[in-house]
Amino acid sequence: MSTKTDKIDRLAELTAQSETSTGSSLWVEAMRRLRASKMAVIGGCIIGMFVILAVLGPWVAPYDPTAQLWRGEVRTNQGIFIGMRGENWFGLDHLARDQFSRILVGARQTLLVGIVSTLLGLAIGALIGTVSGAAATLGGKVGGRIDSVIMRFIDMMLALPSLLLAVSIAAMLGQSITTVMIAVGVVQIPIFARLLRGSMLAQGGSDYVLATRALGVRRRRIVLAHIVPNSLSPVIVQTTLSLATAIIEAAALSYLGLGNPDAAVPEWGVMLAQSQKYFDQAPMLAVYPALGIIITALGFTLLGEAMREALDPKLRS
Amino acid sequence: MALLSVDELSITFTGRGRRDIKAVSGVSFDVDQGQVVGLVGESGCGKSVTSLALMGLLPDRGVRLGGRAEFDGGDLLTMSQSRLRDLRGSQIAMIFQDPLSSLNPVVPIGVQVTEILSRHRGLKGAAARKEAAHLLDRVGIPDPTRRLKEYPHQLSGGMRQRALIAMAVACAPRLLIADEPTTALDVTIQAQILELLKELVDEEGTALLMITHDLGVVAGLCDEVNVLYAGKVVESAGRRALFEAPTHPYAHGLLGSIPRLDAPRGEPLKPIRGSINDRIDWADGCAFAPRCDSYTLECLSGAVELTEPREPAHHVRCVNPVLPAADVVGADVADADVADAADAAGADVADAADVASESPVAAAKKTEAPS
Repeated sequence: MSTKTDKIDRLAELTAQSETSTGSSLWVEAMRRLRASKMAVIGGCIIGMFVILAVLGPWVAPYDPTAQLWRGEVRTNQGIFIGMRGENWFGLDHLARDQFSRILVGARQTLLVGIVSTLLGLAIGALIGTVSGAAATLGGKVGGRIDSVIMRFIDMMLALPSLLLAVSIAAMLGQSITTVMIAVGVVQIPIFARLLRGSMLAQGGSDYVLATRALGVRRRRIVLAHIVPNSLSPVIVQTTLSLATAIIEAAALSYLGLGNPDAAVPEWGVMLAQSQKYFDQAPMLAVYPALGIIITALGFTLLGEAMREALDPKLRS
Repeated sequence: MALLSVDELSITFTGRGRRDIKAVSGVSFDVDQGQVVGLVGESGCGKSVTSLALMGLLPDRGVRLGGRAEFDGGDLLTMSQSRLRDLRGSQIAMIFQDPLSSLNPVVPIGVQVTEILSRHRGLKGAAARKEAAHLLDRVGIPDPTRRLKEYPHQLSGGMRQRALIAMAVACAPRLLIADEPTTALDVTIQAQILELLKELVDEEGTALLMITHDLGVVAGLCDEVNVLYAGKVVESAGRRALFEAPTHPYAHGLLGSIPRLDAPRGEPLKPIRGSINDRIDWADGCAFAPRCDSYTLECLSGAVELTEPREPAHHVRCVNPVLPAADVVGADVADADVADAADAAGADVADAADVASESPVAAAKKTEAPS
């Protein structure tokens, strides 16, 4: 008897558990789809490796990236360079520093610039986009005008070629790593603002917004609790893709000499610029930092594309 | 004074460089406490636009409103948006057609219910959640505390509509506007939802404005019915009066075109010809004339007014209303119930058509009518 009741009790427990574990949101669904995507896994692995390198770089680098330990062996004026060898996996650079150590340590700079500038662009862009989108969807006539003014300003920013805009900002603020971050970040602002506004406009016309309005919910709450969360998925995708472009653009600015003035601190863009002079004698010096930039950008792009697919409302079951 | 009194409501869509579109022109009706009033008509006749205008949810650009809609001493059409926002959800609430798209997909049901409670009733936290669970329970959602944590896509269609109704009645509104609440649901669920709405009206004394194209819904629920065609009321009567004796040819045609279980096998359905697109401006005559079987030249000789050709409070906008030859149907109709009456009305169509086909006007019309 007692065993039988025990069994029934356990069965009841089990069914109760399985019933309570249902609340899964669309974000959880998207994550599940993302994990099943090969592209996302590859992109994620690349980014993961890149992040680990960036964090651990200085500790795992075999040599000091700024020390000219093999000074006698490299003679740039005679075209003598040291390529790959047991001691120095990627060879030595033009100042006889270990190239492998420099690449490892440089990863941190690159990642930092990419993330900070994208976050800067995202934060300001999303703020402008939210204001503009909210004004356009729920602000009535006055809101429409506010939206128009903001959007014309954004259009002006978009009309300038992004590199030109970044270079002018960098030239204005002077040469430093912060400059590069700000310049690359500002270039991203109009993209995020326009994207979020457009997405909010699409959501603003949807039935559930009409239904919440019909229930008298306040406008601020409709925007923040209903419209914005539903408009975020393209912004999230864009953030990932932006990380890739930010890394490339940051490298480009450094390459143009607008980055960190201290050439001793390794940075992939700067390394690329410095190797240019010796490209015909030691092309590999350019290939390593270039590959670094390309692979990390590829990682973010793959993940971004996979996220676009995972978050696509048309694919939601 | 009725709770909601709509007087000569007109809604015109204007656009730069385009001609104005009169979606609704001169619609009047009253809704009293505890009363169910139906707005019936086919797609594009102005039903939903009317409901949105009453809620103040039409955009302010490109829309021109006319007439009055008195609710509780104020005019809903001219009221400020901030006053309307206070009214919406607490005094007037609306139930929409598609329950899935009317719920926010990324927010759990519970949050969507409690936000109304906190907005209009000031309930917060655990108290709000408890009340939300109570509301879901009241509209017949089993296991409400669990459902509160779920997302709209995890609920069935019927349950979603129940959740929407729970949100609409959360603050015991005095007027409920239901815009085709059963259209997106299958038939068995439709019946349950209608039953629920009926209960709410009976228990709370809520006034219900039922917008539908489904005459079955009207027959089961409405006290008063307004039949809309091309933005104007063409017939307005009590439910019994309408079903027993549809007098406008359009209403008559609608009732006649319903498939009947007891009709003989192989008998074709009687559709209404054409579509609502090929209409005439109401100022020039009857907009239904191109589709009408009893159309005469008189129909197009100027605006047609509402009259009471049959009995008081049964308004019809037609110059040749469908009136039964009193001696033929009269006795039958008197004590027939609604279903039988509709049957008798169906017979009327045939009679009227026969008569019409012999008249010279009808013959003239035949030659000009396509196919």
